Amino acid sequence: MILVRRRAGGMTTGPARVERAARGDLTIGDRVLQWVSGIAATVPLAGLGLILSIMIVWAIPAIIYSGTTFFTSDKFFIGNLYSTVLTTHNGISAPHGAVYGALTFIIGTFFTSVIALILAVPISVGGVLMLSEWIPRRLEGPLSTFLELLAGIPSVVFGFWGLTVLGPLLSQHFYPVLSHLGAIIPFFKGPWAYNGQGMLTASLVLTLMIIPIIASTTRELVKRVPVLAREGALALGMSRYEMVRVVTIPYVRTGIIASALLGWGRALGETIAVLLIIGVAFNPPANIYGTTSTLASVIANQLDEALSDFTGMAVRAIAELGLLLLIISLLTNLAGRLIVRRISGEALPVGRGI
Amino acid sequence: MRGGIFWVLCGLALLIIIAPAVAVVVSVLVKAAPALRWSLLTNTTQDVQNPGLQNAILGTLAFAIGVLVIAGPVGILGGVYLAEFAPRRLGGTLRFFSEVLAGVPSIVVGFVIYVALVIGLKWGYSIMSGVVALSLIILPYIIKTTEVSFTQVPRSLREAAAALGLSKITTIRKVLLPPALPGIVSGLVIAIAISTGETAPLLFTANFSNFNPTPQLFQNPVGYLTYVTYYYIGLPSPHDQALASAAAGITILMILVLIFGGRLITARSRRMVARLDV
Repeated sequence: MILVRRRAGGMTTGPARVERAARGDLTIGDRVLQWVSGIAATVPLAGLGLILSIMIVWAIPAIIYSGTTFFTSDKFFIGNLYSTVLTTHNGISAPHGAVYGALTFIIGTFFTSVIALILAVPISVGGVLMLSEWIPRRLEGPLSTFLELLAGIPSVVFGFWGLTVLGPLLSQHFYPVLSHLGAIIPFFKGPWAYNGQGMLTASLVLTLMIIPIIASTTRELVKRVPVLAREGALALGMSRYEMVRVVTIPYVRTGIIASALLGWGRALGETIAVLLIIGVAFNPPANIYGTTSTLASVIANQLDEALSDFTGMAVRAIAELGLLLLIISLLTNLAGRLIVRRISGEALPVGRGI
Repeated sequence: MRGGIFWVLCGLALLIIIAPAVAVVVSVLVKAAPALRWSLLTNTTQDVQNPGLQNAILGTLAFAIGVLVIAGPVGILGGVYLAEFAPRRLGGTLRFFSEVLAGVPSIVVGFVIYVALVIGLKWGYSIMSGVVALSLIILPYIIKTTEVSFTQVPRSLREAAAALGLSKITTIRKVLLPPALPGIVSGLVIAIAISTGETAPLLFTANFSNFNPTPQLFQNPVGYLTYVTYYYIGLPSPHDQALASAAAGITILMILVLIFGGRLITARSRRMVARLDV
């Protein structure tokens, strides 16, 4: 009794302390941890704010210089760096003849990412349905390891593989077949690069890169389909295919749309793999196999050269490209996560879907 | 009949997921195998006669350590706040923006760090600039895995701690942390795997160096493995391309070890936490 009272006086144990803990009161140590960890938890938000504001501030001179040319011109030329004559637009000067049109990169980004998305969604959903409906539980774990493997392969390794293995393979065996489609849709007509470098190869590699995002979300959602509804459907005499169509697909549809938006965001912003495979040309693709550039790949590719611009405008122009890329990928991410928030908080993966 | 066709297509889809995953890893390792030799570990890319990867491997390891030191504590603390302290609304908002940060293209992060730190604060091309860029990229991941690890601790343990009158900080340290630790560690390991594979955010923050990294953290470019793959594969000489293959092989081996190591820890910890529930 004496022991308890003495310790209770020292605020370390005993009834007083239980009472305080029950009230949810925080000790000084608790408050310190609360503040320190609270600051740590705001770092991502602060980082996001800084990223957005720095991009805006850096892009402003280029936005003024280019005006609507940014969206309407497919010519990106940082100007004649050896000329002493400057080109001036809206009061801002850049090297002679500098034009910062983003249309090529907008088209390139749109095509590569949309082709990847169109392929990745059915492959992911189909693969996951197969995995959950027909593959024995025992094998499900090992097989889903392949998804993690796919998610873990670095961008540069995908690029290396696309350049040295997949590209040559496609250009010899697949593109000659696919080009027959050119009779109906001219966009599919050749020619293509002998090593397969170009938009379609880049899109196919992007497909592999975003499958883990869509597939891992779908897998989580498929697991949550109410057993009662599934069994009810089977009890009504539906085949497994009908059960999937009537019960599973409607249940996971919203989640698939959300994860597709996330996957799209990742495909838009993917840099190194695309840079290695797409063939780096500053013109819109001539056909589906054609070489071109995306917003992300041109930033990585051109920043070095832009740094040699004595007026500093080329870096600003690159900032404007980056700002556009940032805004598009933020929008796809926000949309995807907001949609998913309405159905469930946990299903969407962070980052690349490991 | 339509069901049959549907399931054949689904099987095909599963094959399209599995086959490339195996094909990428196997073909990269097969390409790398002939280029692997001991001198890769003893020579740097500077060596003209017999270039190696020592500087790149050491640089990649230095980045892993740097990211662990910077993003590790911040991410774990952030996760603890979201799991244990945050009010519902505020927690939801912070969590949401942390996840959105993970969706920012890595090249944009690299560009921002370039203008803000490399030239803005005059850090120059350096390991510090690179570490900050990588940290921003993997921070959301560490926060998420830490938060999940804490919230997965069985409720009975929290109730027992409250009944004992433990303060929050003691509850976290002595009761919640031990069962949450494996999950946190595996999150860190996989975060390191992700940062090890990054190239785009480092191009304009760390740049590249043919020399081994030094303790000089600022104004000092550093080499790393992914750059060797990215740059040397574009060079005409077969020797340079062999070096690119070797770097790709070593990168993917490192990442496989990290990812499967992380998974192993996760699997173990799940079993352990399940046993704790009373």
